[in-house]
Amino acid sequence: MTAETEAILGEIRAALPDAAVSMLKNPGPAAQHSLLVGNHDLLRVATFLRDQVAFDLLSNVTGVDWPDPKKANASAAPEGEGSPAEDGFLEAVYHLYSTSKRVGPLVLRARTADRDQQVQIPSLVSVFRSAEFQEREIFDLFGIQFAGHPDLRRILMWDEFVDHPMRKDYIAPDDYEYEPTPHDAVLEKAKRHYPAES
Amino acid sequence: MAIDPQLAADLKSQGVHVTSFEQLINWGRSSSLWPLQFGLACCAIEMIAATMAKYDMARFGAEVFRPSPRQADLMIVAGTVTKKMAPQVVRLYNQMAEPKYVIAMGACAISGGPFKEGYNVLKGIDRFIPVDVVIPGCPPRPEALLEGLMTLRDKIAKEKLMGKDRARHADPKGAASFPVPEYGPHDLQPVANPSIWKPKPLVREEGGGE
Amino acid sequence: MISDPSMFSSAPVLEGSDDDQLLRVSLGPQHPSTHGVFRMNVVLDGETVVSLKPVFGYLHRNHEKIAESVTYLSSMPYTDRLDYICPLSNNWAYANAVEKLAGIEVPERAEYMRVILAELTRLINHTAFMGFILGDMGAWGSALMYAFRERELILDLFEDLTGARMMANFMRFGGCRNDLPDGWAGKCSVLVDDYGPFLDEMEKFLVGNEILLVRCQDVGQLPAEKLINGGITGPMLRAAGVNYDIRKADPYGIYERFNFRIPLGEKGDVYDRIMIRFLEMRESLKILRQALDQLPEGDFVNPKAKIRGFKPPVGEAYARIEGPKGELGFHLISDGSVNPYRYRVRPPSFINLTLLEDMCLGLDLADVVIILGSIDIVLGEVDR
Repeated sequence: MTAETEAILGEIRAALPDAAVSMLKNPGPAAQHSLLVGNHDLLRVATFLRDQVAFDLLSNVTGVDWPDPKKANASAAPEGEGSPAEDGFLEAVYHLYSTSKRVGPLVLRARTADRDQQVQIPSLVSVFRSAEFQEREIFDLFGIQFAGHPDLRRILMWDEFVDHPMRKDYIAPDDYEYEPTPHDAVLEKAKRHYPAES
Repeated sequence: MAIDPQLAADLKSQGVHVTSFEQLINWGRSSSLWPLQFGLACCAIEMIAATMAKYDMARFGAEVFRPSPRQADLMIVAGTVTKKMAPQVVRLYNQMAEPKYVIAMGACAISGGPFKEGYNVLKGIDRFIPVDVVIPGCPPRPEALLEGLMTLRDKIAKEKLMGKDRARHADPKGAASFPVPEYGPHDLQPVANPSIWKPKPLVREEGGGE
Repeated sequence: MISDPSMFSSAPVLEGSDDDQLLRVSLGPQHPSTHGVFRMNVVLDGETVVSLKPVFGYLHRNHEKIAESVTYLSSMPYTDRLDYICPLSNNWAYANAVEKLAGIEVPERAEYMRVILAELTRLINHTAFMGFILGDMGAWGSALMYAFRERELILDLFEDLTGARMMANFMRFGGCRNDLPDGWAGKCSVLVDDYGPFLDEMEKFLVGNEILLVRCQDVGQLPAEKLINGGITGPMLRAAGVNYDIRKADPYGIYERFNFRIPLGEKGDVYDRIMIRFLEMRESLKILRQALDQLPEGDFVNPKAKIRGFKPPVGEAYARIEGPKGELGFHLISDGSVNPYRYRVRPPSFINLTLLEDMCLGLDLADVVIILGSIDIVLGEVDR
């Protein structure tokens, strides 16, 4: 049962009139539209949704890397003018459910300003405890810094690791020295190591 | 000194069993291999199934899985070895006492398996520790693990304890522990142990591989 | 178990603690009871837990990154290896998400087949859980032998149908990979009838067992609101009395047609979690009985579903199922090409571990082991 996103948007606008919340349409058959929330208002909106609208289960937090904002607008299309971002950005997508009213998913999105320096998003750990490990994972793999997270450190990779592997421009280490039967992508990587027989 | 098989058979029919120290020791060692309780991933479930009633590894003397590496002499690396886990695997191998053997069970332990293109996946545990038997499969059936165990028993039975081609554990100069890799900023350091991992040089034919 | 202070260098420092009284212990990643390569940095005051920080990533196999470079269908075998004790329900969760993303219909026979396989998977998962939790409590091997004896019977059925014992790779977008072979439904029916007596046998060992009662009651409980806030789903949540099972709350497939109840616990301690799973197994048997009786003829896959060159439309979808361990969800973002743009697994085991520290504070180290066992984690899912 998809939540009535428009109705909830109306409720948020009624309770928090100055919050920067807008609706993004999902063009696919699933029709799970999302609400783009500005970073300054994320905590207020999340608290309102948890306390007043009974969305008490934060089911999933996904990190997404959008080096090309046009692609982001294609899969989550804003109404009215396009997204103001010119460079790419990183995004966190939240899926909220209500255990008492049995509705969901309500999809929230929060975006960073760019992919290099301004990569902060407020942490939702104070509102939903389930964000704790998921935000750490997004920090580890994407590099989004969650402001206010009690323990923001790497969770899946080792601490001395410096890259953010799930980004689209990550270059994986090249350890394809021994490939007896390569094909497709592995063949390309293996070619760098083998001498070619002319 | 080899034993004349005809003489051995004659004596055996009269109740006298003749053997050599080497055969006796190898028989004792191969018949009671104690594995280290060390399942990493999905292959571990098939390893547990191999110890259960239907496939019964107890017949081979190997159902006593020891939690401590000091008490084990077989390490069945069952599952994907990730780069984060690799130093711990090598450390555990170093803590085992000689003679010790390694079975690489499953495609992931042999060469990275289906997750080969992962940035955190070690493409085969034989990069850091010497492997005696490999068991392909994803996951290999419990019967395949039993066959791997039997292959290892045959290998141990043929081991020499003296002479210049004796087994590594019988050689005082044979290495029993190997350097533990460290976590680097992008990858493990070193990527592999050159004294153990010596892949055959491959030559790529023009026209691409298959 | 190595106690080396430098390993805690990245962990937060305990303020105001009586440092020379505390014992820092690292449990794992190789440890008989940690259910895989899971590590816990525990700080003990005598036997009592003062702090517990889980460390994982030792099985991080980059499933999500690999999925971005292979096609949608090629990710299906990787979903088997997520929660490797129940591969078929992972397959269904992924197929469900892609069907939602692309708007593919599933024929009725395929839906019934999916329910039958998912409930059989729930049976093998909970049966193996019985074996493992009793191993954690010290009865190493004995209960596991009984559990695996029954599990092997179901794995034989899976092998007949899919060709593999564990990694079935059976669901496709729009149905299943092949139809049931002749006689399979009959064999499954016989197994469902014989499973009840096995559950009675296990329950006789466990329900009144003194050791179980003393060790498991009133251990590891948390109030229900804290569990929901922590994102806990699955049998752990229902053991605390919260009536939230996705099969009833947000039905997928054809679960609305079956008559079954949701067992709920009272206190949410380890004992409730064990008994909940027993009751869930009995409900699964009921669903299986109904599904096998109602199984219709028809297509096992949607004939119009495209396999080669499958390109779902641009958009995104999040779909979830009630897996045996909790809510297993897949979040897929498509950009119209053959590879997913973003493929995310919502792993129940990973999120259920959020409150591990809260559940263990003030208890003994031995309780930590059984609390971890009662959460029922699988590292393939935690680390992906």
